[in-house]
Amino acid sequence: MSVQTWTFIIVGITFALYIGVAIWARAGSTKEFYVAGGGVSPLANGMATAADWMSAASYLSMAGLISFMGYAGAQYLMGWTGGYVLLALLLAPYLRKFGKFTVPDFIGERYYSNVARVVAVLCALLVSFTYVVGQMRGVGVAFARFLEVPFSTGIFIGIGIVFFYAVLGGMKGITYTQVAQYCVLIFAFTVPAVFISIQMVGNPIPQLGFGGQMADGTYLLDKLNQLSTDLGFSEYTTSGMNDRINVFFITAALMFGTAGLPHVIVRFFTVPRVKDARISAGYALLFIAILYTTAPAIATFARTNLIQTVSNKEYSEMPTWFKKWETADLITFDDKNKDGVIQYVADAEMNELTIDRDIIVLANPEIANLPAWVIALVVAGGLAAALSTAAGLLLVIATSVSHDLLKKNLMPSISEKGELLAARIAIAVAVILAGISGLNPPGFVAQVVALAFGLAASSFFPAIILGIFDRRMNKEGAIAGMIVGVLFTATYIWYFKPQLGGPGLPEDLWFGIRPEGIGVVGMMINLVVSIVVSRMTPAPPEEIQMLVNDIRIPRGSSSPGAAH
Amino acid sequence: MTEKNLDQYWNKNLKYLLILLSIWFVVSYGCGILFADALNSVKIGGFPLGFWFAQQGSIYIFVILIFVYVYLMNKLDKEFDVDEK
Repeated sequence: MSVQTWTFIIVGITFALYIGVAIWARAGSTKEFYVAGGGVSPLANGMATAADWMSAASYLSMAGLISFMGYAGAQYLMGWTGGYVLLALLLAPYLRKFGKFTVPDFIGERYYSNVARVVAVLCALLVSFTYVVGQMRGVGVAFARFLEVPFSTGIFIGIGIVFFYAVLGGMKGITYTQVAQYCVLIFAFTVPAVFISIQMVGNPIPQLGFGGQMADGTYLLDKLNQLSTDLGFSEYTTSGMNDRINVFFITAALMFGTAGLPHVIVRFFTVPRVKDARISAGYALLFIAILYTTAPAIATFARTNLIQTVSNKEYSEMPTWFKKWETADLITFDDKNKDGVIQYVADAEMNELTIDRDIIVLANPEIANLPAWVIALVVAGGLAAALSTAAGLLLVIATSVSHDLLKKNLMPSISEKGELLAARIAIAVAVILAGISGLNPPGFVAQVVALAFGLAASSFFPAIILGIFDRRMNKEGAIAGMIVGVLFTATYIWYFKPQLGGPGLPEDLWFGIRPEGIGVVGMMINLVVSIVVSRMTPAPPEEIQMLVNDIRIPRGSSSPGAAH
Repeated sequence: MTEKNLDQYWNKNLKYLLILLSIWFVVSYGCGILFADALNSVKIGGFPLGFWFAQQGSIYIFVILIFVYVYLMNKLDKEFDVDEK
């Protein structure tokens, strides 16, 4: 059977599964819609969090980026896992004890202010929307290549699917669908890696395999270093080390951003107890780590295979995958010296081959000549990753509108049914808007997503941390901090991102820090502004200080929304 | 729970956090970034050590840190009688 047929079969089966789960777990109340009724087991929540977390960027783009970046790709690996340590230790248990529906709920009540709540809602919308646009592009890329439809049609199919189960199921439907999606995506991601690892170094564990020896006794990484330097690229295991300031800042921005992302934080409202919130962060990171430790192995395998397949080979003898990606315009070959041989080198003048990094994961099984069903499986996994994250984000957007804006601000008397209807309409509008924006986003998927992290790190992370760890923090401090932090970060990103129309030149970057890493500076500014302003203004009321004391101990936690 | 007890519980929690987050910082920003080039002169199998910390080791240690934290806090909750029934 052809790859095409396998793809239709496997993608069809997985989609039927998701829709079946969504119908089984559809939401009947706002509590089920927002936090899945607060009764999800920590293990299931860990899996759902992992699927929610691992987006098209993690699944489709990350291994490709690492493959081209070498050592410096570690910024994504550490950045997107290290944040869970912060989440588990500094946020999750306390937010669970607080026990409401959303991050703006916490900000609004802890800072006894509707202004703070509205600022938080706007930040949540900005962060989630930036993020969801990147997912839509991921869906588009996957569908476009494998169903051989245009990119835009791919996005529209994605909109249709997410629309169906997010609108129907709310958090409850999304959580259980994500458990299924996690299983699909992790299986699909690791299977080809195991095959390739056996093929190249004879070790079935890819995490060990990429440090292993090839048939001729040389270490794979040494071999790759050699291949890279021969073609004029920098050595794989040290590439990017001269720009460690950016590796440092981007890693930090991604870590603190992770801990401030509303769609991740809200997962810890869905478990029954404080204890469960702690352990479920542990499970989540464990499940995430399986993919994140496999990705650098795939990157190494793919890079080595790619160079060996194309470098100095006759163009006419290229395998079929090469031609297929060429028709999709994601690989281009320009025979500058007209010798019919592919010169793939670092020097831009001489180089004849351009490869879009986003295709590495999808093309990898084909490059390694794996069976057709494995290739189809990888597509299904990519779609699972993009869809699960998109659904989680859309839920945050919908909740921000229906719960935080309508129920808590504009229409406090709205009925439960009305609120549920508003949430469903908000999801519907958000998914369509995200799809349209996804048609034309700046940069690669991973880069678009990286921007959302900067914004989350500079807005929510400090406000929540200070709300828990600094009893003296008041509304004036928190609001000023969030506004200054997010404005600074957004301005810097806009100014230095030519794709967003900013006029900034690379040589003007502050201390050479790229826009992707500026969120951590924004976070520091937020912290300083918050603390200074709070100490110059009155202390928060007595009952707020009692609230802070109360969230610091686990006993007496109630189910989310019980106080409503 | 008295004010004094709460302070004791909280201080102990902060002590755990300080230790665990120091490890968190050292393995990722230290071994994986700041000292990665120096560590690269050591090799485990085919991995230069700094590269290994950056792309593998730090992630394993992150997972372990969370489980250690869960264990410590569950014990602390019982000790101060603030655990959930």
